[in-house]
Amino acid sequence: MAPRTLYDKIWDDHVVHQAEDGTCLLYIDRHLVHEVTSPQAFEGLRMTGRKVRAPEKTIAVPDHNVPTTQGRENPAQMPEESRIQVAALDKNAKDFGINYYPVTDVRQGIVHIVGPEQGWTLPGMTVVCGDSHTATHGAFGALAHGIGTSEVEHVLATQTLIQKKSKNMKVEITGSLRPGVTAKDITLSVIGATGTAGGTGYVIEYCGQAIRELSMEGRMTVCNMAIEGGARAGLIAPDEKTFAYVMGRPHAPKGAKWEAALAYWKTLFTDEGAHFDKVVTIRGEDIAPVVTWGTSPEDVLPITGVVPAPESFTGGKVDAAKRSLDYMGLQPGQKLTDIAIDTVFIGSCTNGRIEDLRAAAEILKGKKIKVKRAMVVPGSGLVRAQAEEEGLAQIFIDAGFEWRLAGCSMCLAMNPDQLQPGERCAATSNRNFEGRQGRGGRTHLMSPAMAAAAAITGHLTDVRELMGETV
Amino acid sequence: MDKFTTLTGVAAPMPLVNIDTDMIIPKQFLKTIQRSGLGKNLFDEMRYTQDGKEIPDFVLNQPAYRNAQIIVAGDNFGCGSSREHAPWALLDFGIRCVISTSFADIFFNNCFKNGILPVVLPQEAVDHLMDDARKGANARITVDLESQTVTASDGTSFKFEVDAFKKHCLLNGLDDIGLTLEKASAIDSFEAKNAALRPWA
Ligand code: SF4
Repeated sequence: MAPRTLYDKIWDDHVVHQAEDGTCLLYIDRHLVHEVTSPQAFEGLRMTGRKVRAPEKTIAVPDHNVPTTQGRENPAQMPEESRIQVAALDKNAKDFGINYYPVTDVRQGIVHIVGPEQGWTLPGMTVVCGDSHTATHGAFGALAHGIGTSEVEHVLATQTLIQKKSKNMKVEITGSLRPGVTAKDITLSVIGATGTAGGTGYVIEYCGQAIRELSMEGRMTVCNMAIEGGARAGLIAPDEKTFAYVMGRPHAPKGAKWEAALAYWKTLFTDEGAHFDKVVTIRGEDIAPVVTWGTSPEDVLPITGVVPAPESFTGGKVDAAKRSLDYMGLQPGQKLTDIAIDTVFIGSCTNGRIEDLRAAAEILKGKKIKVKRAMVVPGSGLVRAQAEEEGLAQIFIDAGFEWRLAGCSMCLAMNPDQLQPGERCAATSNRNFEGRQGRGGRTHLMSPAMAAAAAITGHLTDVRELMGETV
Repeated sequence: MDKFTTLTGVAAPMPLVNIDTDMIIPKQFLKTIQRSGLGKNLFDEMRYTQDGKEIPDFVLNQPAYRNAQIIVAGDNFGCGSSREHAPWALLDFGIRCVISTSFADIFFNNCFKNGILPVVLPQEAVDHLMDDARKGANARITVDLESQTVTASDGTSFKFEVDAFKKHCLLNGLDDIGLTLEKASAIDSFEAKNAALRPWA
């Protein structure tokens, strides 16, 4: 057999049927469901009298709408429309007999954090969800991507998806990262280099020493934003770190099944000589802590930089950059570190895991915030509990942060956690689109350590200075 | 799903690049549990002021484009989230076709599931159609899926590529799920084989 990429291997093992024109029916191992993109899909099943084909492979959790303040199990806390959506998910999970973590369950959280945490996500699987950040699960060497509501309905009814194969793209990060540089800086820097459409039509495999050196949490951060680079999915080949993370999780295989799984998982790597249609290589040493300055995730610069002039771009990007700067209230030539911050948001499926909270707490220890408000929203109830046990929660609270319950929160501001017009936020989430965190809100994306640094200085800050590193 | 065969209509020019799904339908409108009714909030934050008044400059508020059925857009249209509310909102407004040099992957797929045709054309062709669209209601663009052509008001015609299966489904208004369920026995045998090969999954 010709040498194959990791993507080729997972794909080949899931093809149910292939039509002459190459359109495939792909089997889906895990289907994650949340309250915003699923109601119309369940409604479709009811209207056609169809059932969920594999309820045991379907996992639902409310996360996008839910309030993150105490007492949220009281429905009166939620606006009417949110309450209807969450109630619809409650009912659909029950009626169709699928796995469910309601808001009252300590395991509830952002769907992309709950899946790996509970051991639903395993290497070599196909994982889909009606949410573009499903790419997160690629960190385990699973082929994971977002789908629309019609496809949610299709997967519920058939446990398959109609797909054409994407092309293979390799993103290699060589060498090691410098101190103060994190997985978030890798993923933002890749998008900065390739643009938000650079990955369109591809599945990316991230590889290289700097990727191998990341923890599973860091790898999830990298894959999470594959979609911001336009790719269908991001993948990282599983290794000992992956197996150690998975072992013992509630839904991970045990005993003889574990041994069989492990033997299979060890075959999940790109063969020597396999073909990639596009290759991008970045030196790990060259990556600096970065922030976004505009309203597209590709608007990335090292924190040591200045706001660019729109004329420095070409084509349609000139007007887009003008519009961005106007929206963001920034002037070309302004130093990024001079940009004052009102609000800090630490959380989301990009950076709401325990390691992210540790990194932020490390910077905040014994300090006080100089911004108007700051909040930490752990990615799941279990992350929250662990952070409390490790004493991180107290560090956040002492610094002046609000310590919230798990959910998507201000990542997309569908719940009451929103920015006011003109309010400027240092955020660890993944999208800086206009209005993303609230109408007129201004978002700068960055790593948890960088967000923590901004919190204690009141402006965008090079975290390395606080760490005593020379730049 | 409604069939798509040919369409002749007014095209609205939206040259901005990277028009994302948050612009197409902001998240405060995702709280519906229905597919219909989103058209009035299409491009909400570009189309209305904070207190709900129309912004006259916005293209779809201009008299010539109020009944547009086509959008000619800048690169990478539909990037961002997987929300199918984006094509639902376009459809509910009356848009059946979007023309651009490139689309984000999930949005592109979602269009086909809802009877909207996303047409990819090279830059020169999109520039030509953009200029045509700028002429307003008198310049009508024709899209013919069968022959895979877009024809500008001056008669210039551009050929586009489309996946054969997606074309077939769109021309006939076919429901994917029904088609897949015809292959139920292939799914059954895959599951049986898989249970032996990867019992942990
Ligand atoms: S945290 Fe943000 S990006 Fe992640 S699933 Fe929730 S809304 Fe989407």
